[in-house]
Amino acid sequence: MIYDIRLTLATDYAGTASNGRHVVCVMPRDLGPEQRLVAGLLTLSPRPSERRDRIDFFGNAVVEFALDALHGGVEVSVQARVERQVTRQSPQSATSLGALPRIIDACRDMGPDSPVHFIAASARAPLTPAMTAFARAHVVSDMDTAEAVVAVGRALYRTMQFDPKATTVDTPAPEAFAKRHGVCQDFSHIMIACLRGIGIPAGYVSGYLRTRPPPGKPRLEGADAMHAWVRAWCGPQAGWLAFDPTNDRIADSSHIIVAHGRDYGDVAPIRGILRGSGGQTSRQSVDVIPLVDPIPPTATGGE
Amino acid sequence: MPAQAAGISGLFDSYRPLPGVPDELCDAQGRMRPGWAPLLDHLSALTPSRIAADFARGEQHLADAGVFFRKYGDATAATRDWPYSPVPVVLAQADWDTISAGLIQRADLMEQVAADLYGPNRLVAHGHLPAQLVASNPEWLRPMVGVAPRGGHFLHFCAFELGRGPDGRWWVLQDLTDAPSGAGFALENRIATTHVFPDLYARANVQRLAGFFQDFRSALTDLKGDRSSRAAILTPGPLTDTYYEQAYIARYLGLSLLEGGDLTVADGGLKVRTVKGLIPVEVLWRRMDGIWSDPLELRRDSHLGTPGLMSAIRQGQVTMVNALGAGVLETQALMAFLPAISRVLTGADLMLPNVATWWCGQAAELAHVQRHAARMMIGPALATRMPYETSAPHAIGGTLTGTDDPAVGQWLAANAADLMAKELVTLSTTPVYENGALVPRPMTLRVFLARGPQGWHVMPGGFARIGGGADTSAVSMRRGGSVADVWVVSDTPVATPTLLPRAGDGPFRRATPEALPSRAADNLFWLGRYIERTEGQLRLLRAYHGRLSEGASGPLLDGIRGHLGDNGIKMDHAIPKGLCRTLAAAVHSASQIRDRFSVDGWAALTDMDKTLAKMQGTTKVGDDGALATGILLRKVAGFSGLTHDNMYRTAGWQFLAIGRALERAAMTLGLLSRLADRDAPDGALDLAVEIGDSVIVHRQRYATITSRDTVIDLLALDPLNPRAVRFQLDTLLARVTDLTADAPLGHMTDFERSVRTLQTAFAVHTVVTLDTAALDAALTEVLGLSNTINAAFLH
Repeated sequence: MIYDIRLTLATDYAGTASNGRHVVCVMPRDLGPEQRLVAGLLTLSPRPSERRDRIDFFGNAVVEFALDALHGGVEVSVQARVERQVTRQSPQSATSLGALPRIIDACRDMGPDSPVHFIAASARAPLTPAMTAFARAHVVSDMDTAEAVVAVGRALYRTMQFDPKATTVDTPAPEAFAKRHGVCQDFSHIMIACLRGIGIPAGYVSGYLRTRPPPGKPRLEGADAMHAWVRAWCGPQAGWLAFDPTNDRIADSSHIIVAHGRDYGDVAPIRGILRGSGGQTSRQSVDVIPLVDPIPPTATGGE
Repeated sequence: MPAQAAGISGLFDSYRPLPGVPDELCDAQGRMRPGWAPLLDHLSALTPSRIAADFARGEQHLADAGVFFRKYGDATAATRDWPYSPVPVVLAQADWDTISAGLIQRADLMEQVAADLYGPNRLVAHGHLPAQLVASNPEWLRPMVGVAPRGGHFLHFCAFELGRGPDGRWWVLQDLTDAPSGAGFALENRIATTHVFPDLYARANVQRLAGFFQDFRSALTDLKGDRSSRAAILTPGPLTDTYYEQAYIARYLGLSLLEGGDLTVADGGLKVRTVKGLIPVEVLWRRMDGIWSDPLELRRDSHLGTPGLMSAIRQGQVTMVNALGAGVLETQALMAFLPAISRVLTGADLMLPNVATWWCGQAAELAHVQRHAARMMIGPALATRMPYETSAPHAIGGTLTGTDDPAVGQWLAANAADLMAKELVTLSTTPVYENGALVPRPMTLRVFLARGPQGWHVMPGGFARIGGGADTSAVSMRRGGSVADVWVVSDTPVATPTLLPRAGDGPFRRATPEALPSRAADNLFWLGRYIERTEGQLRLLRAYHGRLSEGASGPLLDGIRGHLGDNGIKMDHAIPKGLCRTLAAAVHSASQIRDRFSVDGWAALTDMDKTLAKMQGTTKVGDDGALATGILLRKVAGFSGLTHDNMYRTAGWQFLAIGRALERAAMTLGLLSRLADRDAPDGALDLAVEIGDSVIVHRQRYATITSRDTVIDLLALDPLNPRAVRFQLDTLLARVTDLTADAPLGHMTDFERSVRTLQTAFAVHTVVTLDTAALDAALTEVLGLSNTINAAFLH
């Protein structure tokens, strides 16, 4: 599947700001056969006084830029062409739940995809007895890790209500879990906390999701969304399995990967610090345009 | 025991170390250890009252210096006095040499471990360190992975906490590698001790501390690439518990004390915002924990850091002392692996052992800890402090706190990988003077190391923590106690470092003052304003109380009350709350810039604050109030005199003076607008002259009763009367001209332009044209200057 992706991420300030400094993480990753970045262009407006493109610890492409002069807002645009192909993991190769802890304890790999980075609680995905108990209630001991991941993700999908009004970008995962309401970011953090709580390394994936218009309607310009889902480590053979708890399915070719991290904090699309006054409003427009179109399943978008 | 009975050398004879506990003064056979004799002879020759007087001198010195701690995060917390124990801990040179060698080895080892953890990760790859202890560690900063520190070193300044075990050997209790505090306290201890034992210190062959700081100062300077750039200290700010110490050491070393907000990253490099624009900073001695120092890449919720600092580090534009991420070396569980790591990396055993430590994430170790929990303290594996210093659940000697788990065993089993255990260590004792006798108290040493071009320098002594009671377990230190100086005593005379120029230093060159950071300028400006406002409010209050005591009532009294109200003062008490708020604002501004402030100036300000607080509860309206405000006015004058006579005429003083002149001009304009108005009540003009402190001058100058003309002339238009608006506008102009003296020819800032316009317009007024409307217009202009100065210098 080949996609053209267009993103505009804009923040407008009520007043003016100076000395703004931002880090953006929005460019699809180049992950080999699974996902190839054919071409990608990221442009900034106004023109930054300083721009540095680099790869972060987890291998994500980030752009740091500074705006020294007075400015009334900032706009980030991405144009990218991505070739996405999914090779499904075979569930048989996943490690059994019981064997996982010893394998992780013995792990000596400190590379970005090593499970050791994804086992401890992180700031946005704190472990709580309630979430751990939820996970435990939905796995049985003879499951292998992949089955457990899917079981927990499914259970969350059935339990949680997708509700863009219930939470904000800063709502802690335990609170969203208590409310049983939230958006993809909440679903993902809760699932991560649930999995880590039962000893399965789990991380946050940010990306783009292709959505399908209602039958007979044209695709609406700019109506797609950035999205988030989860990946979990199922043992040395099976490796990482990506599951989208908001849509109750294993991530597939509709999921275009931008970044891997422990939680949202590692991969926020844009974070910034500026000196200025007044409030600000944000705009986002995303288009995921398939160039070749087989029959994709329906899906619920991100935020 | 009363010391009177003890007599000569009786202090030693009556000293009773605890059975079975090593003591610094007394060896196991009850003999005095080497090095102590001169101190004991000295003390024993003194009467208890003389000892009390000598010790009080040390305390007085610390009180005068304003030494204090503050509990972090609590802006309202009262600062408390420095707990100081005047009897130093004496260590013989030979003992010290063992400690030094061991710690230099340990610091070198720590450097290698840091380089590995942020580099190739061989320690993990080869199984010498569990991956989880690194990967799950919040102090292991991923943005630093793969970043080579500028200059090649992660560590430049570290400290170690040591205790002497029952076998008489020294043990490392704690590694302090991130941003250790205490070096400034050590200096203060030493200065206090030299006040207590002036003659003895001079002849007792005590290793001096000054050389260590000189070497460190020059090492910091050498780390700069560009001579015109700066080396500075990065502080979390005045709310941090050791801010005093940071301000002290900044003054001592002549380094700027900067907060995260003083710094910005521009053109890839780190800069300090000053009144003369951005100036590069290449070396930053960090007293802020690493994770707080860049909100863009590290803790997002940090308001203390500098966005982009990590980026400047990545570009190799700044040397951090120490590198961000060095905190990972303080991890409690790391000590379990260091002895083996030392053999792997250096081929040698640790010369100074650290406290035996086990990480419970391994089966055999967990079993061992389970069996011996009663002899251990157990706490979070990834903490950077002892279990009893964390808020997390921990078990000490088998007693569990902070969790609902019923038993240590269960708790351990359920959380094994998150826990580590340390042997419960006991400490040696050192003598403390209490009620006329020496008594043994547990103690730990804190030893500081700084990197020089040829390797580590060890600060010879200076800092020991002393437990409050006779309990010698290390845990007892959590209950606080006091600190003492540590004397490393040599058998031979010691070198006395000197600040005098040495041969080869080259001809004398006067150093130019560094540009003032904008935030400091802002605080000095506001300090000037608040102090002047305090004085103005006091003058109004004195007049009010004075009139009341004379039984006045009616429109004039209402007028003063109204004017007080306009100045934010509600007459709720004889010493109103509004006044206290004004002075508190002055103290707050001053507290932000302690490093730029003379010790006397600070003492005068806090003394005024204390007096005010005391008076607030007791003063009655009327005569009593007039007396009290008179006392306070003299204290304000004392503070103003100190700054005016003693403060070096750098930009800092200019901003203080600008703040004062601006505020005084504004207050006088407001006063005249009300009291010199055509409709003002009878007696208003006399009142204005009184509040304007110009009664005598008026009598001499005009030999007549007050009229609107004489009052306006004297308090508004007179260029020679320091209370007059014109005088203050002239002052403003002079200060502004000084500030912008080195601006390019013909280039005038908006601020200077505004001040010049205002001053000229005011100067051409006559008593006729300067009516109330003109006074009000001038007041608006003066208050508007505050914004212009902000735009010109303080952005």
